[in-house]
Amino acid sequence: MSINQSGWRPTAPEANTGGVPASVTGNKALMLEEALIFEIGDTHTTGVDFEFLPGTGRGTIRRMVEGAVRERAVLGKPPSTSCAGPPPRAGEDRLAGLSRTAPIGLPGLSEPETVRHYTRLSRQNYGIDLGFFPLGSCTMKHNPRLNEKMARLPGFSDVHPLQPVDTVQGALEVIHQLAHWLVTLTGMTSVAMSPKAGAHGELCGILAIRAALEAKGEGARKIILVPESAHGTNPATAAFAGYSVEDIPATAEGRVDTAALKARLGPDVAGVMITNPNTCGLFERDMREISDAVHAAGGFVYCDGANFNAIVGRVRPGDLGIDAMHINLHKTFSTPHGGGGPGSGPVVFSEALTPYAPLPFVENRDGQFVLVEEETAGEHHAGSFGRMVAFHGQMGMFTRALTYILSHGADGLRQVSEDAVLNANYILRSLDDTLDAPFGPSGPCMHEALFSDSGLAAGFSTIDIAKGLIDEGFHPMTMYFPLVVHGAMLVEPTETESKAALDQFIAALRSVAERAKAGDPSLKTAPHFAPRARLDETLAARKPVLVWKDPAPLAQAAE
Amino acid sequence: MRYLPMTQPDREAMLAVIGAATIDDLFVDVPEAARLDGPVRELPMHASEMAVERHMSALAKKNLTAGEAPFFLGCGAYKHHVPASVDHLIQRGEFLTAYTPYQPEIAQGTLQMLFEFQTQVARLLGTDVANASMYDGSTACWEAIVMARRITKRGKAILSSGLHPHYVSVANTMAKFTGDVLDTTAPELVADMDLDQLIAKIDDDTSCVVVQYPDILGRIADLRPLADACHAKKALLIAVVTEPVALGAITSPGEMDADIVVGEGQSLGVGLQFGGPYVGLFGCKDKYVRQMPGRLCGETVDADGRRGFVLTLSTREQHIRREKATSNICTNSGLCALAFSIHMTLLGEAGLRQLAEVNHAGAVSAAQRLSQIPGVELVNDSFFNEFTLKLPTEARPVVRTLADRGILAGVSLGRLYPGEDALANGLVVAVTETTTAEDVETLASALQEILA
Repeated sequence: MSINQSGWRPTAPEANTGGVPASVTGNKALMLEEALIFEIGDTHTTGVDFEFLPGTGRGTIRRMVEGAVRERAVLGKPPSTSCAGPPPRAGEDRLAGLSRTAPIGLPGLSEPETVRHYTRLSRQNYGIDLGFFPLGSCTMKHNPRLNEKMARLPGFSDVHPLQPVDTVQGALEVIHQLAHWLVTLTGMTSVAMSPKAGAHGELCGILAIRAALEAKGEGARKIILVPESAHGTNPATAAFAGYSVEDIPATAEGRVDTAALKARLGPDVAGVMITNPNTCGLFERDMREISDAVHAAGGFVYCDGANFNAIVGRVRPGDLGIDAMHINLHKTFSTPHGGGGPGSGPVVFSEALTPYAPLPFVENRDGQFVLVEEETAGEHHAGSFGRMVAFHGQMGMFTRALTYILSHGADGLRQVSEDAVLNANYILRSLDDTLDAPFGPSGPCMHEALFSDSGLAAGFSTIDIAKGLIDEGFHPMTMYFPLVVHGAMLVEPTETESKAALDQFIAALRSVAERAKAGDPSLKTAPHFAPRARLDETLAARKPVLVWKDPAPLAQAAE
Repeated sequence: MRYLPMTQPDREAMLAVIGAATIDDLFVDVPEAARLDGPVRELPMHASEMAVERHMSALAKKNLTAGEAPFFLGCGAYKHHVPASVDHLIQRGEFLTAYTPYQPEIAQGTLQMLFEFQTQVARLLGTDVANASMYDGSTACWEAIVMARRITKRGKAILSSGLHPHYVSVANTMAKFTGDVLDTTAPELVADMDLDQLIAKIDDDTSCVVVQYPDILGRIADLRPLADACHAKKALLIAVVTEPVALGAITSPGEMDADIVVGEGQSLGVGLQFGGPYVGLFGCKDKYVRQMPGRLCGETVDADGRRGFVLTLSTREQHIRREKATSNICTNSGLCALAFSIHMTLLGEAGLRQLAEVNHAGAVSAAQRLSQIPGVELVNDSFFNEFTLKLPTEARPVVRTLADRGILAGVSLGRLYPGEDALANGLVVAVTETTTAEDVETLASALQEILA
């Protein structure tokens, strides 16, 4: 019985007897497929309006002027009638005869199509905003939106790096304030703010070490010692800076073998690169002893600070005798990862390395903020190893990180590391009955919990557990890293997860791990509920398709 | 604290599961002497959102923004209008708060965007392929020099005098440590780029010639003779583009047979941001793809045969190859690449060409107006949206005086090349679609007054 003549009735679900049909679009309700811009756009469409008539010379400038007059008039300023002069006529451009003739092949979309394209793409991504993202060594913590708002203040976002310094005193002061926090939190002497990311920071530290050694006439030292558990960037950085890399073995409990390291020190060793807390999630208890030994042997200590979130506000690396450490602002200090960057990797230095730190940097001279660059470096920073990057570093990340730091304060940052470590230990002890925790017996972990693939059914590996977790609605942990543990699973919860979120993850990982131990074949084909099933990485590498190519014209294809 | 969801009862319940009495027990491996007993003393305590906003806003207000002043700075960073939808889209949490797409099944959004970005960049630069972005133009430039060394197995690079001095400075810093030999010179205030001088320097030890296009003074030259000369000696031509909008108006370096083209992508989507973060562009010929640094996204299929995208050729990269990697780079500039790509999609080819036309027309008329000022000479024969003026006096104090009057007049060469007396009177002026005729007139009259 209908309520009105249209036949409308409230819905009442019926039992499904007909199976699930495939959709003609390939879409599944909220999960929408999206073609490439090259397939949906064309080179004639633009989503931007210009203040001129395209293709006309003189009209171009007149319309620009009219536009300008309109705008100024609205702002209450007297409209200007002056014209900046005649525009170039055809053939009178200043392009040296190099005007484009061939088409470029760049598709355009109208604004609504653009917004829809990228909105649909975004929905095929997992992000911290959506759920738990426990990637070990990546510190995927909540990214506060106040950071975004502050970074977009025109006073920071709309300022050119080469403006006269009198017009950018506030920007320089941001750099100076953040520098002060970083130096104080780490108990070091100085900081280089310009490195663009963690690996760039590592390079900064290693170049400072090399400059210091060369200044002492010890340039013959050619070896950097790196533990096997290190991030791949460490040996790659040392090699990039011209050093040979030698491994330092680990002890059975997952720490640097201090005795082996000491035995290797000598006049050919430039320094060591040690991650602390290390990538097994453990604090290097002997760090001070290692630093002292390296110094006694004439070398320097680089600390990879990727895991600073475990100790921020509780331990100052400067108290452990290190000489240089990079800080990933996109990890510990909550600037967004953005799908792979941008990052920011300031490097703190000891007194011994400070004279060799790179340019530029900001100094406070009686309330006036000064940018020390090549021009004036000779006055009191002649030992600097030079410039690493155009301009002054990742300002947009500095404003975000400073906003975060001021929000937390010294007390909040201490709570950050406490909760981060508490959460990791909770995961470790909640799951070590199900999964093998190779260093579980070594004692508490720091901010990440490490498991191995030991005990899984034959043919099952870490990747199967990771893909199973995707179906449970989680981003997987870091897989197959560190290299020192077979099938490593490195879980870093961070401090911004609630206990309820952790409990749900623990239940999911326990279930997936049990399926892997039991040899559940459905796990080998997971994920089943993601926008894509497992992708063929082998094919991608064997026949690389790195750019979109227009399909052959039909006539040609038919031949 | 508003960013910490854990409650005190939660913490206690979790400690009980762990079997620890206190949080301090979890830090037992930290030597006693290195443990702080409370918050770092010299630093302030936590603050409300309102208090932090007040603090940061006060700092922001101390800067003169490009939008508030007649603005003419360029030299590697340009003020362009960025459509509002760009910033909206890059702030979607699924883009903003995602990590590097190492789990491709739940990162197709980032991966498809990177594939589109790579294609847009390759087409713009005129190269066969492009990577998923670098930190910025200056680091991309150095990576290209190192890549040329790997390919040619030669260690001498010739840097054009028109290459951005910060890019030269970065290369000099790195070369000190890698042992690469760099041939560098400062530019001269003359009308054209001197490619013949570069060509004469190429020899059998040369790995590459690095040339900026348009160059630091804004000049443009046909790169084909230079490419031919490089290839005759089996060296590579690396072209550096710091203003990608220019390629909407002029032939791309790739079309002129450059082997590697790198660039700074800041102009599209990213904004000035006081110098960073920006986005490095990196493209090259197909045959060199396995020597490229940085991440690459490639097309493939999933288990059900559906098209999908993954990070690929990772055997070049540090997390697989460690000390044998082509570069130590890990993080790239993903979100800035997204902004670039969205802006480029909004423009499309038609929009990019119109944008370039507006930029060039504005620059031509501004150059004419400014060079009418007595004593002021236009140095360039050719330019896109940036040109160099020779003033009758040192440009740096003039720029400062104009800044005091609220005019951001351009970049003085004295700032970029301190100590180079022959360049001290040079002023590089950039004009984009954001520059109004009134802005030009304001600059022209003030400049005339100061120079009188």
